[in-house]
Amino acid sequence: MSTVAVATGSNGHEPSYLDYKGKHSGILGWILSTDHKRIGILYLISLSLFFLVGVAFGFLMRLELISPGRTIMDPQTYNSFFTLHGVIMIFLFVVPGIPAVFGNFFLPILIGAKDVAFPRINLLSWYLYVFGGLLAVIAILLPGGPADTGWTFYIPYSIRTNTNVIFALLAAFILGFSSILTGLNFVTTVHRLKAPGMSWFKMPLSVWGLYSTAWVQVLATPIIGITLLLVAIERLLGVGIFDPALGGDPVLYQHLFWIYSHPAVYIMILPAMGIVSEVIPVFARRTIFGYKFIAFSSIAIALFGSLVWAHHMFTAGMSDTGQFVFSLLTMLVAIPSAIKVFNWVATLYKGSIDLATPMLFVLAFIFLFTIGGLTGVMQGILSIDIQVHDTSFIVAHFHYVMFGGTGFGFFAGLHYWFPKMFGKLYNRRTAKTSFWFLFIGFNFLYFPMFIMGWLGMPRRYYDYLPEFHSYHLISTIGSWILIIGLLLMVYNLYHAIRKGKVVTEKNTWGGETLEWQIDTPPIHENFSEIPVIETDPYQYKINEETSEKEEVS
Amino acid sequence: MSTNASTLGEHIHRDDVGSRMGMWLFLFTELILFGGMFLLYSVYKFQYSDSFFLAAKELNTIMGAFNTAVLLTSSLTMALSIVAIQRDQKVLSMLLQMVTIFLALFFLVNKYFEWSAKFSHGIYPGSEELLSKSSGEILFFGLYYVMTGLHGIHVLVGIFLIAVMTRMTRTGRITRDNYVRLENTGLYWHLVDIIWIFLFPLFYLIT
Repeated sequence: MSTVAVATGSNGHEPSYLDYKGKHSGILGWILSTDHKRIGILYLISLSLFFLVGVAFGFLMRLELISPGRTIMDPQTYNSFFTLHGVIMIFLFVVPGIPAVFGNFFLPILIGAKDVAFPRINLLSWYLYVFGGLLAVIAILLPGGPADTGWTFYIPYSIRTNTNVIFALLAAFILGFSSILTGLNFVTTVHRLKAPGMSWFKMPLSVWGLYSTAWVQVLATPIIGITLLLVAIERLLGVGIFDPALGGDPVLYQHLFWIYSHPAVYIMILPAMGIVSEVIPVFARRTIFGYKFIAFSSIAIALFGSLVWAHHMFTAGMSDTGQFVFSLLTMLVAIPSAIKVFNWVATLYKGSIDLATPMLFVLAFIFLFTIGGLTGVMQGILSIDIQVHDTSFIVAHFHYVMFGGTGFGFFAGLHYWFPKMFGKLYNRRTAKTSFWFLFIGFNFLYFPMFIMGWLGMPRRYYDYLPEFHSYHLISTIGSWILIIGLLLMVYNLYHAIRKGKVVTEKNTWGGETLEWQIDTPPIHENFSEIPVIETDPYQYKINEETSEKEEVS
Repeated sequence: MSTNASTLGEHIHRDDVGSRMGMWLFLFTELILFGGMFLLYSVYKFQYSDSFFLAAKELNTIMGAFNTAVLLTSSLTMALSIVAIQRDQKVLSMLLQMVTIFLALFFLVNKYFEWSAKFSHGIYPGSEELLSKSSGEILFFGLYYVMTGLHGIHVLVGIFLIAVMTRMTRTGRITRDNYVRLENTGLYWHLVDIIWIFLFPLFYLIT
C-alpha cells in the first residue's frame, strides 16, 4: 500500500474529513464521496429518516389499538401500516443499521486502515439503499396502496392480494443487494487491510461482531433475494413456483424465506453486541473479561444462527424429527449469547463504573436482551411455541431483541462515537433524560404484549376482545413515552451538531481502541501514518497498574 | 483516461489479492442465489418425478448439448485471453475476448430459438396449453423459464462486462502487469458457464 501526501494546513494539521476539499464541493462532495466516513454519515442521515417514518407507522398502529373497534383507521390501512412498519424497520433500519453507519465509519479506523477495500462499491451500496428505501415507501402514493401482507410476504396471499406487493418485494431485493455489497466489502477489508501488527486476536471486539455479521450477510442474503424475486416473477408473469393452485408448495416458500430471515436476526444483533463489548470496558475501566470467548461466540452465533430457521414454522407442518432438531439447535444458540452476557457482567464486576449515556444504553441492552433472549428460548420449546405462535408474545419477544437489543445498541454507539464523528459534544443531561424516557416507555410499550400474548391476543389483529383493553391501553401510553424520549434524543443530537460544544481532544471517554488515538473529527485518510499495533485492544488493568506504580514511586 | 496517472485518485491503492477475494465472495453469493432455485428444483423433482420426466422430453436435447459446447468453448477462449495478456499479447487477447462475446451471443440466439419454439407450441407461463397439464409439468416449465432466463440475464451481463474489458485492453488500462479486472471477469464468466453445466442435465437429460 502506498500513499500520496495530502495537502496539509499551515499549522501542519490536516483538515478533518468534514472540511476536506475533494474533487467535488458542497452536497456533491458528500454524495459522490467514496470516503467511508462520509458514507457512514450519509447512511446515518438516510437511516434516521426511514427510522422515523417506521416509528410514525408504529405510533399510528398503536393509536388504533388504544380501544377496541375502529379508532382512527380502517382495517385495510392497518394491514398496510404493520407491513410498512415491518418492512421499513427490518430492511431499512435494523438490518443495515449498525454495519452501515458505525461499521462504515469505524471499521477501517478500528483496524488501522485508510478506507474499506472497495470504496466505490461502498458508495454504490448506499445508492442502492436509498433507491430500495424509496421503492418501499413510494407505494403509499400509488393506487392500490402499499402491500398488506406483513413483512414476511407469505404465499399464497402475497400472490393474490391486489395491493402493490411488487414494490415491497423489489425494495427488499435491492436492499438485500446493498447489504451483500457491504458484507463482502467488510470481509475483504478485515482480511486485507489490518494494520501491521494487528493480528486477529488484537482486533477490537466490535470488529469481530462486524466480521461475523458480514459473513452472514454474504451467505444468507442471496437466498431471500432469489425467493422474493421468484414471488415477484410469479405475481407478474403467472409462472408456477410457489402457488399451490399450480402445484407449488407454500411451506417451501416459508423455508426459503426463513433460511435468510432467521440469520438476519443475527445480522441485526451481532454488531450491537460488538458495540456493547466496546463500551463496557471503557466505562467500567476494566479489560474485557474473556476476549476470545466473546470473539468466538460471535462466530458460533453466526454458525448456529444459520441452522435454526425452521423454528418459525413449528405450526406450519414439519416432521417430528425436524421439529426436534430445530428446537434443539434453537436452544443451542442461547449458549454463545449467554457466554457474551456473562462476560460483560464479569467485566463490570469490580470495575469503576461511569454511568455516562452510552453505558446506560448498554446496561439497558443487557437487561432487555436478556428478557428477549430468554423468552426466545421459551419459544424454542415445542409445546410452548404452539401456545404462543402468532400471538403478541412473539411481537414482544422480537421487539425486546430487535429494539431493546439492536436499537439500544445503536443508540449506545451513537452516543459513544458521536463526539468523534462530529467533533461536537451533546448535552449529557438531556441525553440521560431521553434515555430514561426511552427505557421506561419501551417497557410500558412491549411488556404488556408478553402478558396478553400469553393470554391469547393474536398478533396483527385490528380488533380485540374487551378483556385485553387495559393491556393495549398501557402499551399505547408506553408508545407515547417512548416517542417523547426518541424525539428528545434526536433533538439533542441535532442541536449538538448545530450548536454543540466543539471538542478537539482525541480521547473523549478514555478509550483504548484506535479511533481514540486519531484526530477529532478524523482527517480524510484517518491516519497520517499507518499505526503499528503492538498491544491488545483493551489494556485498562495493565495501564492502571503501571500508573498506580508510578504514583507510588 | 489515457494513462494510469490520470485515473488514479488520491488513494493509490491497489490490492489484486483483495480484488480477487471480493470477486470470489461475490461468486459465492451468486452460487447461493442459484442454489435457492436448485433447492426448489430438487424438492419438486422429488415430489413430481414422473411429470418432470414427461416434461423434460419436450426439450430439445441436441440444441441444449450444442449450446453447452458453445458455452464451454467460450470459457476456453476467455481463459486463453487472460493467458495472452499475461504474455503481453494485447491484440490476441482482445481477439479472444471478442470470440468469447461472439460465442455468448450465439448461445443467446440459440436460446431465443428454443424459447420461441416452446412459445409457438403454447408452452409459456399462464398459457392454456400449459395450465391444462399436470402440476409437475407446470412447475417444471416454470423453473425452466425462470432458471434459464436468469442464466440468460447473467450471460447478457457477462457480454457487457467482457465488452468493457476489451475496451480497457485497447486503451491500455488492462496490461500485462495489471489484469486483475480481466481475471475477475473471467471468473464471472466461468461461473455463468458452470451454472449452465448444472442446468443442462437437470432440464434436458433427465428423460
